Amino acid sequence: MNLLPFNPIMAVLAIPAIAAGVLALLPNYRISARLNMLASLLTLLAAVSLFFGHPEPDNYFLVDDLNIVFIVLSTFVGFTTSVFSATYIGHELEIGRLTPAHLRFYHAMYQVMMFGMNLALLANNIGLMWVAIELATLATVVMVGIYRTYEALEAAWKYFILASVGIAFALFGTILVYMAARPVVGEGMQGMVWTVLVARVAAFDPALLNVAFVFLLLGYGTKVGLAPLHAWLPDAHAEGPTPISAVLSGLLLNVALYAVLRFKMLLAANPAAISPGPLMVGMGLLSLVFAAFMLYRRRDIKRMFAYSSIEHMGIIVFAFGIGGPLANFAGLLQMTMHSLTKSAIFFAVGHIAQVKGTQKIADIRGLTETHPVLGWGLVLGVVAIAGMPPLGIFMSEFLIVSSTFAREPLLALVLVLGLLIAFGALMLRLSSLAFGEPIGSRAPVEASYVPMFAHLALVFAAGIYLPPALVLWFQNVASMLG
Amino acid sequence: MHSLGFDIAHLLAGGLVLASFMMLYQDRLSALINVFALHAIVLSLSVAWQAYVQDAPSLYITAAIALGFKAIVIPLTLHRMIVRLGIHREIETVVSIGPTMLAGIGLVALSMVVMLRVTAEADPLAREDLAFALSVLLLGLLMMVTRRNAVGQVIGFMSLENGLILAATGAKGMPLVVEISVAFSVLIAFIVIGIFLFRIRERFDSVDLEALDRFRGERR
Repeated sequence: MNLLPFNPIMAVLAIPAIAAGVLALLPNYRISARLNMLASLLTLLAAVSLFFGHPEPDNYFLVDDLNIVFIVLSTFVGFTTSVFSATYIGHELEIGRLTPAHLRFYHAMYQVMMFGMNLALLANNIGLMWVAIELATLATVVMVGIYRTYEALEAAWKYFILASVGIAFALFGTILVYMAARPVVGEGMQGMVWTVLVARVAAFDPALLNVAFVFLLLGYGTKVGLAPLHAWLPDAHAEGPTPISAVLSGLLLNVALYAVLRFKMLLAANPAAISPGPLMVGMGLLSLVFAAFMLYRRRDIKRMFAYSSIEHMGIIVFAFGIGGPLANFAGLLQMTMHSLTKSAIFFAVGHIAQVKGTQKIADIRGLTETHPVLGWGLVLGVVAIAGMPPLGIFMSEFLIVSSTFAREPLLALVLVLGLLIAFGALMLRLSSLAFGEPIGSRAPVEASYVPMFAHLALVFAAGIYLPPALVLWFQNVASMLG
Repeated sequence: MHSLGFDIAHLLAGGLVLASFMMLYQDRLSALINVFALHAIVLSLSVAWQAYVQDAPSLYITAAIALGFKAIVIPLTLHRMIVRLGIHREIETVVSIGPTMLAGIGLVALSMVVMLRVTAEADPLAREDLAFALSVLLLGLLMMVTRRNAVGQVIGFMSLENGLILAATGAKGMPLVVEISVAFSVLIAFIVIGIFLFRIRERFDSVDLEALDRFRGERR
């Protein structure tokens, strides 16, 4: 199968790991910011090379159509965020919020986090996957606390405690899956290999699997940011550096979602076990409606978009919970579009907060007049995230709504209601942020617009035309997800 | 009839649940740390017994880590820390002891009902171990929510991890990867916690999380 001269799995993992080591030693922040970009670019290339050939699944690693989508998306956003981060961090250093020593740590941790996420996505072993997600979580915890302010410390502490509890539940669920597998698969490593489990899951004890899935959904669901376990998410987004907000929303939530999906596939293959769909539908819908209402009362711009991430993860989990080829397809598309759009919004918000010197919505007005490029970038991003046609999210949300109407009309009503409430909140805030009487600094901003507009262009293009190859790929994955 | 091996494993796992209960009603930090050390010792005995019964020598490593790291190093460090911070006085709990104990009993009953019912076909040793492990896990969680003090929450979290290790060792033949990773993650977790505690002290001269409650984001 492998047509390449090297093992792409190893490349995807080794590049961030080596880069983390080197970055931890480099004192000069300009060089390390470049190196961070270079390493992220190389990881992206290695991830793309997975399309051209990859080894057969073994006890530890697996590459299939499903996780290639996740890996390419996450390395792509990882790369663009590293470009954004280079300018962002330069400004933070200038105003003295961060010191060069912090930056060394920051860059090393960025690559550790990328390593953890790639490892989680490539893992064929449910134990390894757990370890990798824990690693990525710990790396983001310390980055959220990097400003060491009052608020940043509380945010990091809350994130740490909630994520640890989540991760403890996930491990307990993992142990239960192994217990269910042991009588059938036998003792030892085979009982944790996902491909082996999914092939033989039909013979597992369904009662044990049910309990295991509840723990796994609660555990990894905490990391996805599903209500009522979402409390860490807004704080972590608001108080950490903005590049971290972008990767949290764009990547880490997806990685946890990927874990949930893998276990959902496992449960779906056992006819006697509970169907995982209704649980996911319930949690997804709850998150959507809750976050939609919460959007109205936000005063902090990053916090508002964090709630919008909860809303979108709710929609995505809902779509996968409904299941079937169409809803799964829409869920995948929604996930991709949300990652791209939300990180683009955070790129804009990061520069806006820097130039205005505040994150309070009330203190930011008339952006399109003071900073036209940033302002219109934000407008475009918010319009996209709110689900206006013809952008990508409109299409995926339309597919989710229509496939739900066909199967569960009552649920679709709730879904539409939630979407409209969130839409209203976002438009309300956007009008004051982007238009109206300008206040605050008019100083020119040293920003990197390329990552933001690259993402927005992709979202725009996807709303108008999806390449047939991509559609085919997503359809294939959607049928895998069942 | 049960064998002696089963009885001893049962006794030790039950002892762990008991130690979790003891932690719930400690109202002084130094006493709490001592009980946590006891918790870790019981865990290491339990893991060592599992290693012997299952004839899995690798589990002895897990037992040794539990004994050396969790029962000795961490308690000593925490003792030094709270003395330096001058907080080895009473700890405030959000809920008073009576309701906490009742909630704890409820959680243990819940985990027995859930686990014993769903594991009806598993072997008895693993069943009971899993039920006890879930109890320890939930009691750790209860402790985390009833303590306001950061040190108390950390100890609650570590007792929760002890429950996980009990579950992992009870699952016969579970690959070593996981055991080491659990021990390793505890280590990392502790380093992270240490950093946080250090930073919190540096900034505010206090590890009482109530002092941090001022911040709610919306009312700044």
